[in-house]
Amino acid sequence: MKVLRYLFVGIFFGIVLVKSEAVSWYRIIEMFKFQSFHMYGIIGSAVILGVLALWLMKKSGMKNTEGNSIHLVPKDKGFVRYILGGSIFGFGWALAGACPGPMYILLGTGVFSMLIVIAAAVLGTFVYGVLKDKLPH
Amino acid sequence: MDFLLKPWPWYVSGPLITLVMVFLVYFGKNFGMSSNLRTLCSIGGAGKYADFFRYDWKAYRWNLIVVLGAVIGGFIAVTFLSDGSAIDLNPQTIADLQQLGFQDAGATILPPEIFDWDAVFTLKGMAILIGAGFLVGFGTRYAGGCTSGHAISGLSNLQWPSLIAVIGFFIGGLIMTHFLLPLIFSA
Repeated sequence: MKVLRYLFVGIFFGIVLVKSEAVSWYRIIEMFKFQSFHMYGIIGSAVILGVLALWLMKKSGMKNTEGNSIHLVPKDKGFVRYILGGSIFGFGWALAGACPGPMYILLGTGVFSMLIVIAAAVLGTFVYGVLKDKLPH
Repeated sequence: MDFLLKPWPWYVSGPLITLVMVFLVYFGKNFGMSSNLRTLCSIGGAGKYADFFRYDWKAYRWNLIVVLGAVIGGFIAVTFLSDGSAIDLNPQTIADLQQLGFQDAGATILPPEIFDWDAVFTLKGMAILIGAGFLVGFGTRYAGGCTSGHAISGLSNLQWPSLIAVIGFFIGGLIMTHFLLPLIFSA
């Protein structure tokens, strides 16, 4: 039942992000104002533990459920796309107070106006795809 | 069981987010929520307009299932796992936001001044939601990932591109929060 395991991971992710308040617009603004450690604690502890977890999984020679070695596809080399694309994303993140994960989760919490944000995000992705070859990367 | 209903502290939430990534990596996948936006474009037929959307999106259906789960998770969290506590924001944040016209910051997950239908169906309100969504969608694909793909997975995998992207997230977020939000909401 592969479908079920992804469904459960998604449900778990949704619950954690609501209970951590990371889906809150207010928490994002508070973070960008450096007025609370909360969001830095969440992201920081997730990353530190993540470094350790991935290192252990690779080091131990663990195989994934497909029978392959643990491996994350590395991102392409580059600078412009990351700094520029990242900044554009940051503008939207602070304005909507939501990144792509929370957008869906917030829909589940009953904020249906988030559908407009999601539709606009799909449009933004579409426009990027069309302009891709004309943009510096 | 009471602790489940209260907001979870960062040192519980952060490690649980790591667990989400670990599960997906163990399943041979990756933790990246923004890819779904591209998948949705492809399903909608965007391949007619750009090569970028011509790929085997069916191989990414698993990620849409994660999204479906996330929506359900959001519903479960507010319906069964919340005691309605306000968000324990820094009083300074609450005061700063009040100056911009946001009342009772933290009483709800999101500010009604942006997300309630009364606000949404004004020219300004609609422009804010569409603009914000567009920037997130465009920026995340340009940067090749979002908070989950770069900030959590990418940094955990010690990738330089992800660190540059996260610095970008903060450049944009800081400019928006400190310079643009006061312009957008004080008027």
